[in-house]
Amino acid sequence: MLSKQKLRIAAFSTAVIAFAAMSGSALAQKKYDTGATDAEIKIGNIMPYSGPASAYGVIGKTEEAYFKKINAEGGINGRKINFISYDDGYSPPKAVEQVRKLVESDEVLLVFNSLGTPSNSAIQKYLNAKKVPQLFVATGATKWNDPKNFPWTMGWQPSYQSEARIYAKYLIKEKPDAKIAIMFQNDDFGKDYLKGLKDGLGAKASMVIAEESYEPTEPTIDNHIVKLKATGADVFISITTPKFAAQAIKKLAEIEWKPLHILSNVSASVGSVIKPAGFENAEGILSAAYAKDGADSQWDNDPGMKKFFTFLEKYYPEANKLDGSVVYGYGVAQTMVKVLEMCGDNLTRENVMKQAASLKGFAPDTLLPGVTISTSPTDFAPIEQLQMMRFKGEKWELFGDIISGELSH
Amino acid sequence: MSAVEDVVTEAPAVEAVPKRAMTLGYGTSLVMLGLLIVAPMFVKNFIIFQLTMLLIYGLAVLALNILTGGSGQFSLGQSAFYAVGAYTSAILMEHVGMNYALTLPIAGIVCFGFGFLFGQPALRLSGVYLALATFALATAMPQLLKLGYFEHWTGGVQGLVVTKPDAPFGLPMSQDMWLYYFTLVVTIAIYIFSVNLLRSRSGRAFMAIRDNEIAASAMGIDVALYKTLAFGVSAGITGVAGGLGAITVQFVAPDGYTISLAINLFLGMVVGGVGWLPGSIVGSAFIIFVPNIAEGISKGLSGAVFGILLFLVIFLVPHGARQVAIVAQQLIGKLKKN
Repeated sequence: MLSKQKLRIAAFSTAVIAFAAMSGSALAQKKYDTGATDAEIKIGNIMPYSGPASAYGVIGKTEEAYFKKINAEGGINGRKINFISYDDGYSPPKAVEQVRKLVESDEVLLVFNSLGTPSNSAIQKYLNAKKVPQLFVATGATKWNDPKNFPWTMGWQPSYQSEARIYAKYLIKEKPDAKIAIMFQNDDFGKDYLKGLKDGLGAKASMVIAEESYEPTEPTIDNHIVKLKATGADVFISITTPKFAAQAIKKLAEIEWKPLHILSNVSASVGSVIKPAGFENAEGILSAAYAKDGADSQWDNDPGMKKFFTFLEKYYPEANKLDGSVVYGYGVAQTMVKVLEMCGDNLTRENVMKQAASLKGFAPDTLLPGVTISTSPTDFAPIEQLQMMRFKGEKWELFGDIISGELSH
Repeated sequence: MSAVEDVVTEAPAVEAVPKRAMTLGYGTSLVMLGLLIVAPMFVKNFIIFQLTMLLIYGLAVLALNILTGGSGQFSLGQSAFYAVGAYTSAILMEHVGMNYALTLPIAGIVCFGFGFLFGQPALRLSGVYLALATFALATAMPQLLKLGYFEHWTGGVQGLVVTKPDAPFGLPMSQDMWLYYFTLVVTIAIYIFSVNLLRSRSGRAFMAIRDNEIAASAMGIDVALYKTLAFGVSAGITGVAGGLGAITVQFVAPDGYTISLAINLFLGMVVGGVGWLPGSIVGSAFIIFVPNIAEGISKGLSGAVFGILLFLVIFLVPHGARQVAIVAQQLIGKLKKN
């Protein structure tokens, strides 16, 4: 009798333990927040498909194509990606409307690579209050690396300030008696950059003898350049977007002004800037890069770029491989997939952030050899390395070491 | 005055709108009001947000309607007034710590002054020339907001983040729903004010100027005063709309108030029916929802699809929602007779 009771208790407790263990492991195995199920992961995105910045819409299209490729290959841990991308026309009020639609109506797991500093500033507070990850935003502003105040927001590309500091370091070392003339676009991009340059020059900020700003709506910037030439500067820093960068290169050649020309990475594309401006006019220009250039023949046999070109052929044949935005979209989408793979079956928003903050030495196919992505709970700036390069012949020649532009706080 | 100029300057006053045709009947107004009050109780917060934006843009379109439909003056510069209103509210809330509701009348007054002053030089212009002058205002505004001189207050290119208000007195409703009802009350107040304004002596003066300036001045109307007054009132209402917009969107930045906003408002007015105040809300719905529909049809060609839809509207109902309303009214009248 006694033994029977004992047996029963034993059996019961075993069952309880087994059940607990099973349910425990089941819970550990699969955990979902809104937007993730056994079958799919919903990713939201906003892009300026229309409006003044519509050239960047290509990024969204590349990402869509990349996720299509992932789905065709079986998805992430068996889950298909459902990529929902809306147009915000580069207008902050529209961005808020679209992001709220993504979060409240489409119920996405996270918002990925939303583009533009104004749009991202507008939605940052909302997404952080809702605890929805705002991952790998497509802007180089420095403020996205602020895990303390905005633990749900993370950037991706090197910040404008860190890139500018690299040029400042270079100038102090190589040309300590330089007379610098700066031309910058009068918006968040230009101003952030300018600040980085001045911070980088530090006590030597007096090297800057002239600054000119232009509005992105101006048809031409020729008059600004003529004015800068008249100051007698011997270094010209061009903080410009592609159209204006090409104009500047041309104009410099036209008025036979030959300063040391530094060009922001935003406009370092061979296909959309240098070629239209003329190779012969661009000799000796300095810039810095973190990604490979699809138009640059030196990467034709690179295994990473080969994968990239195969992808374009199969999933996005109408893309212009010379467009830097395509290379960008591919790299950032790859990073997103990597993070979701790392999440395994724990697809909660919290775990997505945790995994995004524990990338270690990850190298997407399209980044320069040696440039890798690393993050930590206190470091929300995925790419912080760049390499200086000089334009020679018909392509960029990388020189020097991979430099970290990490901001020392 | 050349013949060409004659044609273009007369454009806004194609057809005299009798003042009673500018509003809705009591019954219809009450049904609309009821719908607006009940609607948010059944939808998600996100849609409430869209409805709030609908009211806000509706107000801005209404303001333009008073100016163009009422006094016959063109403006492509409404985005500038909207921006000034938005920044006034945002700065007062974030830097001075003022209550959001109090910032609205201030935004309105600041914009009224701004509009009134702008109306002075605009007096010398009419038709397309006035449209161009206001266009200049709209293009200049985003740049002015970026100026380093004001950066401490405006946040420069980075803009300003605004804190969203909670529902007061511990009311059990979400922030979005509270803001919706708050906006609704402001909208109704301004709508009633506008209707009464257009029915008043001043309103009749506006319309007399719109229909024939020379005749109006012969009747003893101070044309200069009423023209600038119309500008001031329109700017003031737009300013209040801008302030509400800043509170609802929780963010102001120069890029939010470009010329495309002004064109959208203009478009909303035309689609809603020039000079027909209730049409403002229809026009606002057009500029908020039709781009989304266009995007749903084709992402890459959303602009083209939007253009086609707009073209269809203008082609089929050139007088906008007003025309649809009149047709509907006639149909109902016929049915009643049968």
